[in-house]
Amino acid sequence: MITLIMLIPAATAVLLPLFAGRPNVREGTTLLGAVLLFATVLQLMPLVLAGETPELPVWTVIPGLTIAFSVEPLGMLFAAIASGLWILNSIYSIGYMRAEQAHRQTLFYVCFALALAATMGIALAGNLFTLFLFYELLTFTTWPLVTHRATREARDAGRLYLLMLFGASTMLLLPAIAWTGLAAGTLDFTPGGILAGNVGGIGLGILLALYVFGTAKAAVMPVHFWLPAAMVAPTPVSALLHAVAVVKAGVFTILKVIVYIFGAETLAASDRANWLVVVAGITVIAASLIALRQDNLKRRLAYSTISQLSYVILGAALFTPLAILGAALHIAAHAVSKITLFFAAGSVHVGAHVDDISRMDGIGRRMPFTMGAFTIGSLSMIGVPPTAGFLGKWFILIAALQVKEWFVVAVIVVSTLLNAGYFLPIVYRAFARAPAKGEGRIAESPWPMVASLVITAAVTVFLFVWPGAPFQLAEMLAGNAAIDASGSSVVEFPLEGGFR
Amino acid sequence: MREHLPALQVVLPLFGALIAALVRGPVAAWLVTAIVSVASLVISVVLLRQVIGGEVISYHLGGWDPSIGIEYRVDIVSALILVLVSAVAAVVAPFARLSVAAEIPEDKVAWFYTMYLISLAGLLGIAITGDAFNAFVFLEVSSLSSYALIAMGTNRRALVAAYQYLIVGTIGAGFYVIGVGLIYMMTGTLNLTLMAERIADIELSRPILAALAFIVVGISLKLALFPLHVWLPNAYAYAPSVATVFLAATATKVAIYLFARYVFSVFGRSFVFADLPLTETLLTFSIAAIFGAGTVAVFQSNLKRMFAYSSVAQVGYITLGISLATLSGVTGALVHVLNHALIKGAIFMALGSAVFRIGKCSFEDIAGIGRKMPLTSAALVLAGLSLIGLPGTAGFISKWYLVVASLELGWWWLAALIVMSTLITLAYVARVVEAAYFREPSKALADVTEAPAEMLIPTWILAGATVYFGIDTQLTAGLAERAALVLMGGIQ
Repeated sequence: MITLIMLIPAATAVLLPLFAGRPNVREGTTLLGAVLLFATVLQLMPLVLAGETPELPVWTVIPGLTIAFSVEPLGMLFAAIASGLWILNSIYSIGYMRAEQAHRQTLFYVCFALALAATMGIALAGNLFTLFLFYELLTFTTWPLVTHRATREARDAGRLYLLMLFGASTMLLLPAIAWTGLAAGTLDFTPGGILAGNVGGIGLGILLALYVFGTAKAAVMPVHFWLPAAMVAPTPVSALLHAVAVVKAGVFTILKVIVYIFGAETLAASDRANWLVVVAGITVIAASLIALRQDNLKRRLAYSTISQLSYVILGAALFTPLAILGAALHIAAHAVSKITLFFAAGSVHVGAHVDDISRMDGIGRRMPFTMGAFTIGSLSMIGVPPTAGFLGKWFILIAALQVKEWFVVAVIVVSTLLNAGYFLPIVYRAFARAPAKGEGRIAESPWPMVASLVITAAVTVFLFVWPGAPFQLAEMLAGNAAIDASGSSVVEFPLEGGFR
Repeated sequence: MREHLPALQVVLPLFGALIAALVRGPVAAWLVTAIVSVASLVISVVLLRQVIGGEVISYHLGGWDPSIGIEYRVDIVSALILVLVSAVAAVVAPFARLSVAAEIPEDKVAWFYTMYLISLAGLLGIAITGDAFNAFVFLEVSSLSSYALIAMGTNRRALVAAYQYLIVGTIGAGFYVIGVGLIYMMTGTLNLTLMAERIADIELSRPILAALAFIVVGISLKLALFPLHVWLPNAYAYAPSVATVFLAATATKVAIYLFARYVFSVFGRSFVFADLPLTETLLTFSIAAIFGAGTVAVFQSNLKRMFAYSSVAQVGYITLGISLATLSGVTGALVHVLNHALIKGAIFMALGSAVFRIGKCSFEDIAGIGRKMPLTSAALVLAGLSLIGLPGTAGFISKWYLVVASLELGWWWLAALIVMSTLITLAYVARVVEAAYFREPSKALADVTEAPAEMLIPTWILAGATVYFGIDTQLTAGLAERAALVLMGGIQ
């Protein structure tokens, strides 16, 4: 099953060039690949929910460096989100790329499929080396997507993208992995962590810093510059990769390292890891402040992403099971909401040729579906019920109150106000203001785009009402996080009313 | 027959050179080269299989005792180098026919193959001989023939490049032979094994110290250790494509082998690295090579020249591994000898294919080549990613060993420098990818088509190997580690 998950997107990428001359078959193949992938990923779900950890050792590269897969709750969650959204994103891409009459679409779809294969590899990786392998692969397969426009601006953005993502990973993440391997003698993801007793004191703090800043995909300040620059890519890329797959791969890696390499309990007990809360908090607030000043819609969304990603880090940095539950939920919630927002932004670009917020007066009357979905996405970003965005925030807030981290509480409160400050004016402008030239009639984007963004908006609401499997997986992850190095659990799980 | 394989390993290409010179016809000469290359590979693989368990083959040339005659000595270290050199030759052979026909005037083609085979014989000879003076002879055999190979380049500057290499190479060989003379004076033997035994008692004497200095500097010239590398960029840039592929993949590697033999086996690790500051010296020059030559590479406009500078930088990684003088360090060095040979072989073959189709290979010439020669460009990119050290490629294995070796010693700063230097490699490889894929094809490329299968297949064999050996490392890292063990333990 795990083999299939890796093979389906890879095979899709191999098949696509064969249909370069026949766009309908080509896009059909992408869709088929996406559907098959999601179906296969879902096959694993019952196993993981039943508490099993499907494993697949593949190959020993050199003693100590092994390619192996193992599916734990967080990886399951990430794989399901990424593969599920790939289906919608593929539908959306068909509308977007054709409406744009974009060049070299085959290369676009091939790189997209490869990027998904890399994402699956990250999600299902059983040890740090495997994760690192696919992490780098994801960087290099998304590079041609960033530079897809082939303009000077795109090439420059591509350089920054590669330099920051690959540079940070090779200069910080790789030494961190080597250090971990030498200290612990293993790189396997293990509940409770592998570093307790092997690295301590100031070393623990430095190692954590290497991991956090080495994973530039998580866009913690100051390694966030690549994300706004990457917005030069076509919108489907920004939507799935730079709101879901790539950035989530970043926070996923950090979360996974905290739970399965350091062990949340080990970090909670150390007094050298508390700086992470501050860094994440500053990123949340600073990125929001910058977002306020952006007029380009995609750039505002990019800074919002930076801010929201650091919510996940903020949750993880509390090192308590409840906060980690919130962090995992926020990965899911932000994924569906942010992809909705990007879909809407792309739809406005295609349907009305508008990229700047200042020119969006009355656009909601022309494109009611697009802007309706945008509104739901915005509410989720702010964390207003009944949207998914509320869930993650709520648990992180409760967890912060539990351990009396007033700094985190303050960050969440302030950033909620800021989020409202930069999303609600867009909604207001779109619906309440009169259109520039009295264009009152409805003129939506091509239907594949509208359909996908309506679905993701619906899912955003649905997840709040029925969090179901994502919540269970997050809960199981929290259970793993509660295990200390000796292998015994310090908190009672499941959390029936545990936070009251 | 079987016991004479060590002699055949060298005699066969020498004899082949003679035949190639006599047959004169371009196709016939190529056929001889191809047959000899493949036969050499077979011999070297048989030899490697015989010594893989740690055995040593000692072959007495002409039946003379090693103390007075020449001994050919095959252990796992030399067998590994023999396989590397002959494997590269065997892969280059099918590639050579069209490329040589396009770049060399017809009446000189047979001479080209003659020189090529002599060079092959010389390189194999250095790796197989257990005699210090015989090594000098082979050093000169391989060098003289490579001067001729380089001089046959189409550009007139090839002559200057060859002349430059000739002067530097001769100084290097001269230094080497002075060093050997001094050791001979003190030990009364030219056999490396006997030298090693006798040096132990007199190692701090002045002539031995002088000999070490002469030999280290002499070989460093041949292996292009920064700042003794000035001959290399021009030589690689202006030589005929086939010569560049072959020399880049093998010549510096064999010199590195000889270097490792001397410092570890003859002089001994404790003497060279503990009593003398060779670690500090070599490490300094290695880091200078990695950063200096790497930075220069970024700013080149000709791709062959760029990757030539990159070779100087990559040799820096190898000498860095040697200078650490630990098991992981030397393993990293040896595995990078193998990996870098494959990587640079693939890169220069892809560039050779580009030259075959376009005639030039500066950045302007290859703009948009990704759409005109997709398979060649893909091989180039793949090998480039391996050069960067992307996980899943051979280059990563080398990098990992070197980083781990630095961390084992507690040298954080060195690990940091190694990973930092990767960014320089990234910079010049990214330039190639940008030019090949993210630009519109230039007008000059209008009717360029994919390289012929004869060139494409060898390119992809090497490019594929750079990925394969990033996943399955038993043949590279596995053997390199055993070879490193042998080196660290001295000649048995």
